[in-house]
Amino acid sequence: MSDILAIYVLWLRDIKHYWYDKIRIFASLGQPLLILFVLGTALTPTLQGGVSFSKYIFPGVISMTVLFTSIFSAISIVWDREFGFLKEVLVAPISRWSIVAGKALGGSTVAVMQGAIMLFMAPLVGVELNLLIIVKSILAMFIIALAMNSLGIVIAARMKEMEGFQMVVNFIIMPLFFLSGALFPTDKLPQWLLLLNRFDPLTYGVDLLRKTIIGISNFHSIINIGVLLVFTLIMFSIAVFEFNISE
Amino acid sequence: MEIIKVENLSRRFNKFLAVDSISFSVQEGEIFGFLGPNGAGKTTTINILCTLLKPTSGNAYVSCCDTTKEPNKVRSQIGIVFQDPSLDDRLTAEDNLRFHGRLYHLGSEEINKRIPEVLNLVELYDRKNDFVRKFSGGMKRRLEIARGLMHRPKILFLDEPTLGLDPQTRAHIWDYILKMRKETNLTIFMTTHYMQEADVCDKAAIIDHGKIADLDTPLNLKSKYNEQTLEGVFLKITGREIRSQAGESAWSQWMRRT
Repeated sequence: MSDILAIYVLWLRDIKHYWYDKIRIFASLGQPLLILFVLGTALTPTLQGGVSFSKYIFPGVISMTVLFTSIFSAISIVWDREFGFLKEVLVAPISRWSIVAGKALGGSTVAVMQGAIMLFMAPLVGVELNLLIIVKSILAMFIIALAMNSLGIVIAARMKEMEGFQMVVNFIIMPLFFLSGALFPTDKLPQWLLLLNRFDPLTYGVDLLRKTIIGISNFHSIINIGVLLVFTLIMFSIAVFEFNISE
Repeated sequence: MEIIKVENLSRRFNKFLAVDSISFSVQEGEIFGFLGPNGAGKTTTINILCTLLKPTSGNAYVSCCDTTKEPNKVRSQIGIVFQDPSLDDRLTAEDNLRFHGRLYHLGSEEINKRIPEVLNLVELYDRKNDFVRKFSGGMKRRLEIARGLMHRPKILFLDEPTLGLDPQTRAHIWDYILKMRKETNLTIFMTTHYMQEADVCDKAAIIDHGKIADLDTPLNLKSKYNEQTLEGVFLKITGREIRSQAGESAWSQWMRRT
């Protein structure tokens, strides 16, 4: 019971940060909107048949929003360490796993809210939404967000200082995003790229969301959800282990 | 009653021995001063006592619980004011206290009652809705003291509580602490560089190079070393040579590595 309460408190802190910092809500939508409308519109005439390009990448751009928000939110642990707040949490009489769970759930909720804002751009790219699609998409975003948050916490637990942040962006976030097939179909990729694509956990998130929103997918949703949950579980366990060590 | 007991406690950071087999005990209700030059092992000892760090060898008991075996029991009975600020400055003063109260399992009623109590104690009640990032260093420190006391700990750890504060704020902070102590049976474990502050201690341990050089009442220490002030005693025991932050940097390196 006390663990649940601790998770709630840590979750609430992330929600409050999100709520107090409204500029960030808009700032972080800039990049996905650029990709969706500029890249989407520009490349549409070069592609023939099937759905329009912006419609095709729409679920990918939502995944991107969820990925970025999730990892940035998890990396805020590094700030908390630098500014001392992490100590306040670590000396509190709460279990170590609830610290990781609270952080993962808080970051995921924020990521889903950002993803939901993107989702409601759907009519602008010719995607029709209904209540069922919205509910399923939010669930899918949440599963993706949990996986990416857990990964982010593992990185944050090992990250020494905020200076390493650019490394994380260039060598973790960007590859996860570009390899996931968020911006292109993966059925005609050369072997080496296909292999990298299949090792990227976000691939399964993008596929899940694409199936939910526009009905196109490579894998069965059960496989997508399964891969993401197993990945989350592994990352979560590593994160709890790392927080136990720094005791 | 012994509320803190430390037996042959050592802590090593790679090759550097920050705390070298120290033993001491603190009685309930005492103000216990832990005095020493930079890098002497003060912060390392506090971090072990408040369960942030595991000892390399030896035992530490806080309120009868082993700090490594039952850390959560220890955590629920102590309040800490760290050397460096540990507030969330993107939240308001009240948010910070509410967060703290919930982490320490206080009920909503208790939290609503305690927030004005502790904020009035440190004279910050009228600033409760302000974001902490707008606070001055002294206000932040006062808020941290309010937070450390909020869950009615048995023991309050103060790691250089008045570092970098002006004399007025320092005097105020001491007023709060002594008032708290009069009203409850609070035990205070503190480190400080300001020797005149250490005069309020019931017992003072002088620590250097990870070892306790002497431990007694301030009065006895002064007469033993034939000095007028604790500062004189301190310099007699630890010498006049300037110290590096050896221990501190070993600790921060260790924090970064993990």
